[in-house]
Amino acid sequence: MKTELLQRLVTARAEKRPVALVTDLGSGMQTLVGQDVAHGGFGLDREELAEVQKYLREDRSGIVEIGDSRLFIHSYNPPLRVIIIGAVHIAQALAPMASLAGYDVVVVDPRRAFATDARFPGITMNGEWPDDALKELVIDSRTAIVTLTHDPKLDDPALHVALRSPAFYVGSLGSRKTHGKRVDRLREAGYSESEISRIHAPVGLAIDAVSPAEIALAIMAQITQVLRREPSSSAAAA
Amino acid sequence: MTYENNIPEIAAALRAEGKRVALATVVSTWGSSPRPVGSQLVVDETGAMQGSVSGGCIEGAVVHQALETMKDGEPRVLSFGVADETAWEVGLACGGKVQVYVEAVE
Repeated sequence: MKTELLQRLVTARAEKRPVALVTDLGSGMQTLVGQDVAHGGFGLDREELAEVQKYLREDRSGIVEIGDSRLFIHSYNPPLRVIIIGAVHIAQALAPMASLAGYDVVVVDPRRAFATDARFPGITMNGEWPDDALKELVIDSRTAIVTLTHDPKLDDPALHVALRSPAFYVGSLGSRKTHGKRVDRLREAGYSESEISRIHAPVGLAIDAVSPAEIALAIMAQITQVLRREPSSSAAAA
Repeated sequence: MTYENNIPEIAAALRAEGKRVALATVVSTWGSSPRPVGSQLVVDETGAMQGSVSGGCIEGAVVHQALETMKDGEPRVLSFGVADETAWEVGLACGGKVQVYVEAVE
């Protein structure tokens, strides 16, 4: 490997950008593929690039044989994270569920009565105001953000940051009516339709969930679906 | 794979100190190999290593090849069969195989 390419890899990791290092096992030539740019010794055709992006999205590494070449795709992804706004009852179920699914979890709530270690054993708590907390946590493209407080004072500042972040998922608890009012407020605050349309609301897959744990399950299922599906289908599903 | 180690960072730091460095990466596994694809080992010119590509059974051979790679600059793909005894301990009686790509950082 060229030292310069190694340096690019280290920089991408420090900035939490997902990248794949592609090595031609025959020639030893290497290319670093990011979300939209590639650097290195050889070019990849469209089919190869699509395969690399698929590996990166699925967080897989391995050898692919395309034409005459054997390529080793090494995915370097930042860790998956779920940031939950609101240390509420649903969060008590969602936090351990997300943790089991392999996510780093942070629960944000400035209200001391809610955000106690006793209610969230083993979960990282953040007592800052949601917009400050999200800025401090540096949202990347492997982060999901879920607002659960029902309270515009807390949910809206979080959405203001989330909608202009690279987060792969933004979801907000609330009925259609609640969400309608939320959309009005966001428009007033200057958010575009395409930014607002990033919000999954009502939050979670439609599985007729009733209890807090069931709602958490619906949310976790939706986060999984958004993470794993092909990007081409995202426009249709949104 | 997620950040399970900091081998690229260690390799970059060693290079910055002016050391010669080689990287070994698990590129394929078959059966019950001890470390998953993407696991890495970094070796410096003295043969000192950090990280792992197995539970310890092939590291010696990999370090030897890494030193060779630093000399001739030629990357290589090494293939190992994990000894049946070891594989039995990790729960598979038929043994495992692992391929490791070794390259110099230059």
